[in-house]
Amino acid sequence: MKVLVAVKRVVDYNVKVRVKADNTGVDLANVKMSMNPFCEIGVEEAIRLKEKGIATEVVVVSIGPNAAQEQLRTALALGADRAILVECNDELRSLTVAKLLKAVVDQEQPQLIMLGKQAIDTDNNQTGQMLAALTGYAQGTFASKVEVAGDKVNVTREIDGGLQTVALNLPAIVTTDLRLNEPRYASLPNIMKAKKKPLEIITPDSLGVSTASTVTTLKVEAPAARSAGIKVKDVAELVEKLKNEAKVI
Amino acid sequence: MAILVIAEHTNVALGAATLNTVAAAKAIGGDIHVLVAGAECAAVAEAAAKIDGVSKVLSADNAAFAHQLPENIAPLIAEVGKNYTHILASATSNGKNILPRVAALLDVDQISEIIAVESADTFKRPIYAGNAIATVQSNAAIKVITVRGTGFDAVAAEGGSASIEALTVGGDAGISAFVGEELAKSDRPELTAAKIVVSGGRGMQNGDNFEMLNRVADKLGAAVGASRAAVDAGFVPNDMQVGQTGKIVAPDLYIAVGISGAIQHLAGMKDSKVIVAINKDEDAPIFQVADYGLVADLFEAIPELEKAL
Ligand SMILES: Cc1cc2nc3c(=O)[nH]c(=O)nc-3n(C[C@H](O)[C@H](O)[C@H](O)COP(=O)(O)OP(=O)(O)OC[C@H]3O[C@@H](n4cnc5c(N)ncnc54)[C@H](O)[C@@H]3O)c2cc1C
Ligand SMILES: Cc1cc2nc3c(=O)[nH]c(=O)nc-3n(C[C@H](O)[C@H](O)[C@H](O)COP(=O)(O)OP(=O)(O)OC[C@H]3O[C@@H](n4cnc5c(N)ncnc54)[C@H](O)[C@@H]3O)c2cc1C
Repeated sequence: MKVLVAVKRVVDYNVKVRVKADNTGVDLANVKMSMNPFCEIGVEEAIRLKEKGIATEVVVVSIGPNAAQEQLRTALALGADRAILVECNDELRSLTVAKLLKAVVDQEQPQLIMLGKQAIDTDNNQTGQMLAALTGYAQGTFASKVEVAGDKVNVTREIDGGLQTVALNLPAIVTTDLRLNEPRYASLPNIMKAKKKPLEIITPDSLGVSTASTVTTLKVEAPAARSAGIKVKDVAELVEKLKNEAKVI
Repeated sequence: MAILVIAEHTNVALGAATLNTVAAAKAIGGDIHVLVAGAECAAVAEAAAKIDGVSKVLSADNAAFAHQLPENIAPLIAEVGKNYTHILASATSNGKNILPRVAALLDVDQISEIIAVESADTFKRPIYAGNAIATVQSNAAIKVITVRGTGFDAVAAEGGSASIEALTVGGDAGISAFVGEELAKSDRPELTAAKIVVSGGRGMQNGDNFEMLNRVADKLGAAVGASRAAVDAGFVPNDMQVGQTGKIVAPDLYIAVGISGAIQHLAGMKDSKVIVAINKDEDAPIFQVADYGLVADLFEAIPELEKAL
């Protein structure tokens, strides 16, 4: 079975981004970029399926600037077999990303497609579900457990009230939640080996997908700042303040 | 303009988040209809008909909709939604699961987790874990939107008298099936609806120690939450996680106990009205957003707090 994993290049999760003074976006100059943490979890899960003998090939795909090759190489170093970069410098919306991924799915015909549940930059939480709609496949979002069984995959999902398990016909789409697994680190020899693995670069045009969107970002602002309050000396003072000053208890 | 709001429910009860989503629909302005898709969900349709400001309830009662499987429900919403200018759902795990699938079926972009309505086509939404707020405008014929409950005050659950229309469209797509679920049982208020939330982090050390927080919460009528570290360590179940990738809460009072204040945690609670932090490290970043900070060992402070309440 072939597994396709979508990986996105995003601002590293440790970076606290700042809004640009002209409010056109956030300042990403000289900011550390990494693979979206949820995508790392997707890559790890695919590699584990390969180690268990369930997956035969793990292909990773990213849509983004030329520099996204770095994240694809990281995925190759972790154990993916082959990478595809759909090179595109525009800021893409999730629907466009999903359409591009659909074109890649049509070419590659994977049985299982893994995505992160959300990208930590835009926090959209849309792409996997949209790809599921476009392919007509079943979707298991926010997965904390994935078990392939014959022509089905059982997915345990983290939902608001607890956990839900669904059985999906393959091919299927899975989006990863944080507790699905703990991604490994790439070893130095594997990082070296990854440099020789195939990485194909294509364009949205070659996939026949237009990158136009119906949404425009008018401005990006900093959120209302919250300033530090006071330190109380003990529990008695805390309770007194909550009762008489804040009046919340 | 007509706006379709997708009801959040359990087949027997209407979810409180629906009231915040109707509030967002009111802010957009227009005729508001609520779609209740479920199985044996007549009680939910009746409750939805009483929501203030709703003029019509569409009830799609079908066994295929019992567990909100998106493969079955998204085509229904896309079909019904074609006649509306806006389709709104709550940004709950259910809304987030289904609505992007609807948007793609309708070939429109989705706008996720809006926190404010500027006009019928312009909305504000947080990005980068709430470190930036984007104002976005949509020229899509149908605007598909998820609504973050904390951005909108709930409308009244009573006062309306909408008509209820039964729909017979839709069915089982035959590509997915419900296997089972493990739902947390708790007598405490729901995290996202509670007026007071008491959350514990890695500093709690283990699951048993959360009993201390439960007792404080019970005295305050509060819900209990947790940081990701506490969930990952197995102290408490996943549905208690507050943060960028967990639940977003904005209660009147949020008490963070043994939580350092990572940006991903702050993203889920920094819009709370009053924040209290109890942490033994006076340099913990959580104090930078706390209205009242107490530098103390939680194993002394929490029992004292329980007694003082
Ligand atoms: C400053 C700035 C502001 C932006 N503002 C907006 C905005 O307001 N609204 C908006 O819709 N977009 C915006 N974008 C575009 C945005 O970067 C995304 O490319 C786009 O929205 C896709 O959605 P997402 O990554 O949030 O998807 P999500 O649905 O959150 O991502 C889920 C998963 O989809 C997969 N995936 C997503 N994108 C890619 C990719 N490029 N390559 C491979 N896999 C991928 C990954 O597996 C990821 O984990 C903005 C970009 C920037 C830089
Ligand atoms: C992609 C991604 C998404 C994430 N999403 C979330 C999310 O949604 N929610 C979330 O919470 N985190 C999230 N995180 C994790 C986040 O970065 C932090 O790791 C996490 O919030 C830390 O939890 P903590 O504050 O409980 O633990 P720590 O950072 O370990 O803090 C423990 C605190 O307890 C204090 N303490 C210890 N003992 C005592 C005592 N006896 N008395 C008083 N104080 C004590 C310490 O001083 C310390 O400040 C995410 C991370 C990533 C990468």
